[in-house]
Amino acid sequence: MKKNTTSYKVSQFLMFAGPATILFAAVVLLPFVYGLYLTFTSWDGVSKTKPFVGLENYIKAFSDSAYWAALGRTAVYTVIAVVLVNVVAFLLAYLVTSGIKGQNFFRAGFFIPNLIGGIVLGYVWKFVFNRALVALGKSLSIGALSTSLLATTGGAMLCLIIVSVWQYAGYMMLIYVAGFMSVSKSLMEAAEIDGCTKSQAMKNVTIPLMRSSFAQCIFLTLTRCFMVYDVNLSLTNGEPFNSSVLAAMHVYNQAFTYKNYGTGQAEALILFVICAVVGVTQVYIGKKGEVEA
Amino acid sequence: MDANAKAARKKKVTNVILWIVLLLLFIAFIFPFLLVLINVFKTKADITMSPLALIGSHGFTLENFPNAMKKMNFWVAFKNSLIITCSATVLTILCSAMAAFVIVRNKWKACSLLFTGMVASMVIPFQVLMIPLVSLYGGIFGVLNSRVTLILMHTGFSVSMATFMFHGAIHTNIPLELEEAALMDGCTRWQTFWKIVFPLLKPTVATVAIIDAMAFWNDYLLPSLVLGRKELYTIPIATQVFYGTYSTDMGMVMAALLLAMLPILILYLFLQRYIVEGVTSGAVKG
Repeated sequence: MKKNTTSYKVSQFLMFAGPATILFAAVVLLPFVYGLYLTFTSWDGVSKTKPFVGLENYIKAFSDSAYWAALGRTAVYTVIAVVLVNVVAFLLAYLVTSGIKGQNFFRAGFFIPNLIGGIVLGYVWKFVFNRALVALGKSLSIGALSTSLLATTGGAMLCLIIVSVWQYAGYMMLIYVAGFMSVSKSLMEAAEIDGCTKSQAMKNVTIPLMRSSFAQCIFLTLTRCFMVYDVNLSLTNGEPFNSSVLAAMHVYNQAFTYKNYGTGQAEALILFVICAVVGVTQVYIGKKGEVEA
Repeated sequence: MDANAKAARKKKVTNVILWIVLLLLFIAFIFPFLLVLINVFKTKADITMSPLALIGSHGFTLENFPNAMKKMNFWVAFKNSLIITCSATVLTILCSAMAAFVIVRNKWKACSLLFTGMVASMVIPFQVLMIPLVSLYGGIFGVLNSRVTLILMHTGFSVSMATFMFHGAIHTNIPLELEEAALMDGCTRWQTFWKIVFPLLKPTVATVAIIDAMAFWNDYLLPSLVLGRKELYTIPIATQVFYGTYSTDMGMVMAALLLAMLPILILYLFLQRYIVEGVTSGAVKG
């Protein structure tokens, strides 16, 4: 067989990469392009025709106050969750790398929430907030706890944040653990000889060297929190009074509950663009200040 | 000497304090799971009365399990989850290892185009694709409500990340000379890949298998859009039946949640090291 002919190349490519290419194109590329087209139509999900409406869906999306409320809520939720997840994860990583007995056991334990799907985790926590904490509040007669946190407007968002921190902290902890391990012992010794206290060494040596771990963890938490759906659905389902509907849930409802496919897709695209811009900016800032050891 | 002993003692005390802090944090972390575990053996009335008690006043009961299994159709859901997870994982590994091989070893335009497209697509969240996906495959082609469709879709969504990981592994770990020797000895490219390259990719296969199997097993959004018929439900979707319009039977809910978590937790007990390593190395590369 000739190795330079086009037919050889095509057959080789199809033989090895054919299945992957077809599947990838069918579920990622084609829907992405088709989604762009959908945003210019007003389709209800049932009818055979998809009337062309121009930019109407984007105008609708920009004037949809429920969408912007959901986006605002998502932004607040994301900022608080990202900060808390990373603080908790960093502290956990510090504790489980300090050479304590059984640190591997603890590492494995803190990771457990990541093994289980968001839908199940949401239901587990729903029970905790609705039943266990209420029972605790009643038996200790703490007024604030005797009604479910999930039933109050601010409380439902607070619950979402608590669950997210609990869910992601173990995962991010593992990345920070890898970061701690990569800071070389000799540097720490040098800092100690130069008279650094432990907290000074942490602030001036360890943290600057772990910058890439921070950038990575913040990126991961940011994108995950921005797109959260499962936990939102099972824990609060948007209630009470739609006060905990996050952006992804709003998009889902817009398309599949209210049957506004075009508007829903336009809103999904705007959400994606915002998320991508924030993510890229964060990566850029993270890269700019990176320190070489 | 005295100062040394003092320092050593001080270190011991801080270690004990740190250990207690960690233990408390650990208990707080698994507290929700413990709650499920103590309530699953109580009657419905006891759970409502005293969810925090270790044993309810009506005593120990096992009947939540058969009731929940019946209501959520547990064995059917378990079978569906297992079939879908295994097939999609195997398919992802085969497709992406082959694709990565041809991409790494050839400088053809199609290869770099495919690879760039895959890497770029990794930033697209599923929420942007779900609406067109449903309208295309539900509305136009009408192929939803089938396990095969879901398996192929799972594979299509995870193939880019997996190809990326295999790409890295082949690029750095597989010496070109090995393949050249095999070609000299008369192997075709196809044989070279399966007999020489693929067996050397085992560590990456394990990592990809762990990441994707967990993602497929736990996924909710895609299966919920694709599978509309009850007999096709996977475990995450099946747990939803307890939260219907009428009042929920907490005993059954507890049993269902435990049943949904148990398979992975058991697996974690045995494969803990691999799972932790697999998931972190996947995150670092991603």
